[in-house]
Amino acid sequence: MRRKKDRPRETNPDKTALTRRDFLKGAGVTVSGGLLVGSKAADAAPAPPEAGVVGPGAVPVTLRVNGKVHKLKLEPRVTLLDALREHLDITGSKEVCDRAVCGSCTVMMDRKPVYACTVLALEAEGHEVTTIEGLAADGKLTPVMAAFVRHDAQQCGFCTPGFVMACTALLERNPDPSLEEIEKGLGGNLCRCGTYWGIRHAVLDVAKGMKGGAYGKV
Amino acid sequence: MEAFEYASPNTTRDALQLLGSQWGEIEILAGGTDLISAMKDRITTPKRVVSLKKIKGLNRIEFSERSGLRVGALVTIQEILDNQMVREHYPALREAADGIRGEQMRHMGTAGGELLQRPRCWYFRNGYGQLAEYQGKSLVPDGQNRYHAILGNSGPAYFVNASSLAPALIALGGKVRLHGPDGEREVELGKFYTTPTKEGEREYVIKPNEILTEILVPPPHGLRMAVYEVREKTALDWPLVAAAVVLHMKGRTVKSARVVMGHVAPVPWPSPEAEQAIEGKTVTEEVAEEAGKAAVSKATPLSQNGYKVRLAQVAVKRAILSAMKGEA
Amino acid sequence: MAKCKYDWPQAGERELIGKRIDRIDGPEKASGRAKYTYDTNRPGMLRAKLLTCPYAHAKIKSIDLSSAQNLPGVKATLVIQGPGSEIQWAGDEIAAVAAVSDDIAEDACRRIQVEYEQLPHLVREEDLDRAQAQGRTKAGGEETTGDPGKAFQDPEAVISKGYYGIPVITHCCLESHGNVAEWPDAKTLKTWSSTQNVSGLPGQLGAGLRLQKVEVDDSNIETVCQYIGGGFGSKFSPDRWGIVVAQLSKLAGKPVQLMLERNIELEMAGARPSAYAKIRVAAKKDGTLTAWDSESWGTGGVGPAGHPPLPYVLQPPNTHWKHTMIAANVGPARAWRAPNHPQACLLTLGALDDLAAKLEMDPVEFLMKNAHLAPQGLGQVYTEELQKAAELAEWKKNWHPRGDKTPGHIKRGMGVSLHTWGGRGHTSSCNVIVRPDGSVTVRLGSQDLGTGTRTVIAISVAETLGLPVEAVKVEIGDSKYPPDGASGGSTTVGGVSSSTRRGAIDALDELFAAVAPSLGVQPAQLEAWNGRIRVKGDSSKSLTWKQACAKLGVKTITTTGKNPGPCHLNDSGVGGVQIADVSVDTETGQVKVNRIVAAQDCGLVIDLKTAESQVYGALIMGICYSLFEEKVMDETLGRMLNPNMEFYKLAGIGDIGELIVHMMTGPGYDERGVIGLGEPPVISPGAAIANAVANAIGVRVSTLPLTPDKVLAALDKGGLA
Repeated sequence: MRRKKDRPRETNPDKTALTRRDFLKGAGVTVSGGLLVGSKAADAAPAPPEAGVVGPGAVPVTLRVNGKVHKLKLEPRVTLLDALREHLDITGSKEVCDRAVCGSCTVMMDRKPVYACTVLALEAEGHEVTTIEGLAADGKLTPVMAAFVRHDAQQCGFCTPGFVMACTALLERNPDPSLEEIEKGLGGNLCRCGTYWGIRHAVLDVAKGMKGGAYGKV
Repeated sequence: MEAFEYASPNTTRDALQLLGSQWGEIEILAGGTDLISAMKDRITTPKRVVSLKKIKGLNRIEFSERSGLRVGALVTIQEILDNQMVREHYPALREAADGIRGEQMRHMGTAGGELLQRPRCWYFRNGYGQLAEYQGKSLVPDGQNRYHAILGNSGPAYFVNASSLAPALIALGGKVRLHGPDGEREVELGKFYTTPTKEGEREYVIKPNEILTEILVPPPHGLRMAVYEVREKTALDWPLVAAAVVLHMKGRTVKSARVVMGHVAPVPWPSPEAEQAIEGKTVTEEVAEEAGKAAVSKATPLSQNGYKVRLAQVAVKRAILSAMKGEA
Repeated sequence: MAKCKYDWPQAGERELIGKRIDRIDGPEKASGRAKYTYDTNRPGMLRAKLLTCPYAHAKIKSIDLSSAQNLPGVKATLVIQGPGSEIQWAGDEIAAVAAVSDDIAEDACRRIQVEYEQLPHLVREEDLDRAQAQGRTKAGGEETTGDPGKAFQDPEAVISKGYYGIPVITHCCLESHGNVAEWPDAKTLKTWSSTQNVSGLPGQLGAGLRLQKVEVDDSNIETVCQYIGGGFGSKFSPDRWGIVVAQLSKLAGKPVQLMLERNIELEMAGARPSAYAKIRVAAKKDGTLTAWDSESWGTGGVGPAGHPPLPYVLQPPNTHWKHTMIAANVGPARAWRAPNHPQACLLTLGALDDLAAKLEMDPVEFLMKNAHLAPQGLGQVYTEELQKAAELAEWKKNWHPRGDKTPGHIKRGMGVSLHTWGGRGHTSSCNVIVRPDGSVTVRLGSQDLGTGTRTVIAISVAETLGLPVEAVKVEIGDSKYPPDGASGGSTTVGGVSSSTRRGAIDALDELFAAVAPSLGVQPAQLEAWNGRIRVKGDSSKSLTWKQACAKLGVKTITTTGKNPGPCHLNDSGVGGVQIADVSVDTETGQVKVNRIVAAQDCGLVIDLKTAESQVYGALIMGICYSLFEEKVMDETLGRMLNPNMEFYKLAGIGDIGELIVHMMTGPGYDERGVIGLGEPPVISPGAAIANAVANAIGVRVSTLPLTPDKVLAALDKGGLA
């Protein structure tokens, strides 16, 4: 194998970050800072103060989650999902794809469903965040949860909270969805065990029981 | 994700103050599904993120018979789907939005962000850049190119533009309003996208110090329109190909047509060939078929994506027929 | 009347067994309260990240962690594979960092400097000649029975030749692999692990740690797994990262969590071996199978992997198979739900379907005709299941010979497949505890992968004690409980239902002994019935369960139930038939599943609801690998291009069609005892769907997944379009 003395590009945090492509370009011997290079982050010199600019170090954040106010100090890069799971120990929302595809991290912001993995915690400030824990705060199952149990719409259960959130949001917006609307609306959630059959029936069942737009008012 | 500093200004003017002149140094955050994911993948490692969320007025969607449709950059996909005016006057735009799946994506995804999303190319997403260069040449032609471009692919870019809304908006004659340090300008969406020739260039003409604030769509008088997507999944996924068709009818004859394909080239790909094939004609199955063929007559498929030529042909045909649905 | 003390109750006497009962942990999961390993937040816990190799094949020249170690917030670092190590797949672990946050651990990983020498790699194996030319092949077995040479030369033989294949796919467990490790003191390790093997993990962890010079006794290791977010065969071992997290925890003196990032999970935490084959198969003109000949190949990574059992299920008198293993620099193979069977099934049932088409025979009739070639006892099962599935799929009405001749570009087709699996109950032990206050606990070191294990245990014990399901508290998921086998190979339900049945019967015996004097009868005259202990058949002489337990005084009953053990409670060997009904758009090559019917036996069904869920889930997983899944490798880079959930495509809720599940139960099935169900129904979907597509468009699409490009290419070669 050809050897090439290709010293690593500088990974000094103050310098411009390299992309992975930059160091993968070299063949033969390659020195890399891991899969992905260039941390200019953690100890970057503080930016000159500019109006309204915060970070990159931790900044105070106030999150309102399930009706409760939490004061935290977080770096701007911390996602809402990580803030919930790692800082607040609210772990119903799961980290799975971590790239806004699978829906396991779904929470509601002002009752609208979002992928918490791609919401910055800072961006959740000023909004009411509802996690699955907040849907059944009194320990009683919501109609959607109860339907999931009844229709066995869960196996390992890891996608389940995300699905329950997405179903709840869908039904709050559209209490009487067609099958096509369910399939499109829940198209942002993935399950690996294959519980879609039960989920489909659970949603139709709840919708049927809630005809007339009553969902969410019960 | 790399650490970054963050700002969420209240006005476009304040936001502009916070932008820079180099791509990648500062990123503008709207819905976040693409940007935050791209930052996690280190596709972009901005030192500053400027959020548009607090800027008032960017979430408005307005329609008038005279001036047409105005969609603020922060209007969500769900708001487009729910909008009665869009439903009535721009069904193709609604169909395009309907291809974006999942309650979450529809509530997070914004019109502006949708237009400015980065390519889905798996070489790009794995860190090899838009041009997927490795050891001095592109990985795409001899690599795994089943999802890559069949048109406009003479290199060095082979990815496809990922926007679902752009083909429909271009076919409708849409424009975008850009705010920059020297004021605002309007750019036709048909001229908004470009194919990068160097790594680090972006896929559109907007500058790093400009903000896309609004999408403008002309009034839809006398138009028939449709979008047709060929997808692998009904679930969240980017289409294999899409076609948007807008027909200006005179009686039963197509007076003029706009045909724009999506996911076939590094930019949304208008097809004057297909337009020519239907203009002045009454739409029949055969005419639509011919237009489909014309649309891909100049396609230059790569080693694995010849099937996309067929799909694009079919998408154009079906979009035309769909646009004419209900026509006696 | 039971012939043997522990026998399952007869059909008429079952209150719970075989009914549709909600899973008992359903509310915990549906409400988000269920805590998984990923959800474990221990006080002061650090988060660890792995640095992995970006090359498919490389030697490590040097590694420098100093910059990572100097980063504030980093508490421990570890070189996993140091200079001199040869890395055989992209994504393999090089080093690890534990830090106060995920982000800092990641920042630190990116500062680690590794110098690699790249070595030649091979990551795409479909082209056997190419692999051979690169010296990447190794004999994987060969066998001949009868005289296939002669059978193929028979002038009367109808012979079909074809090429079939199924690529490497991954497990893609939604909860990625990982553990939390904590040392409460220098000698004691506790882990929270996402594992299919709670009881077995401490021994593996101990052995792994001692190899790394960390002294710990297995008896001082406790593993906990209350909930696991998917395993599918990929989570039997603690894996190297499981050892690493315990080392990091020891180094840092704090609890550490290490969960794999999604890209690493997809690159290396589970690959199902590929299988490609050139197949010849022969039959008499009446459809009787006479001969099989296959040359197959596939990869399970650089190491050896099993071979698909060919021909699958139906064994003609004359067979020859030869398998070649290809050493490819992809992540190592792991058991994937029904190891080797889905591959063998696709290859075999695809080839047989093509032969039936050549014979101009209805494939259901063809399989009926050859069902006698199945292993002993299964022929009858297949016949019944073929009939049932055909009836539910309206086969007679909907099936047509190859090539849908109706006009238009949407072509509909039907395909059939069959499969088998063992599934005998694993070794299991449990404690059944009955307290004087009437409370009942059953405790064992098992795990519930989402199959319904907890519920099955509760039903087994509740049925035996004559109690409602809710009366039984099930405690599993902790290695300090009586050991239970790993959950793999469909062995759990047979194991845990049998051990808990035996334990519960013994507990009842002790209770009867305590109660009998007060009812003035012999213990043998008592029975548990409907929440009471009564004199057999005489409710007037009875005590409520609580009253009866009060007779224990201060004594708590604790019995140990085991499997294997006396009486025939579980068995092995099931059949299963599936019929797929699809539509194919011949202009776009899109395949849409309209319906899949599954007729499945598994002996005595304990919980019909969770059993049916296993089958529904397997059908959906089958649709995923039939239509979408593929580990896409780039030969130049040696890397997986789709290590994310956008491009590693899984079906969504709208991509599954209608599913019909029929469990074969009743006489002929129930008396076999309990048999596992996890694997069998996931075996057939590939073949059933591929055969349905061939039936629709008149030509075989050779390899899964059945994507538009391949469907259109097949049509170009001679379909209907």
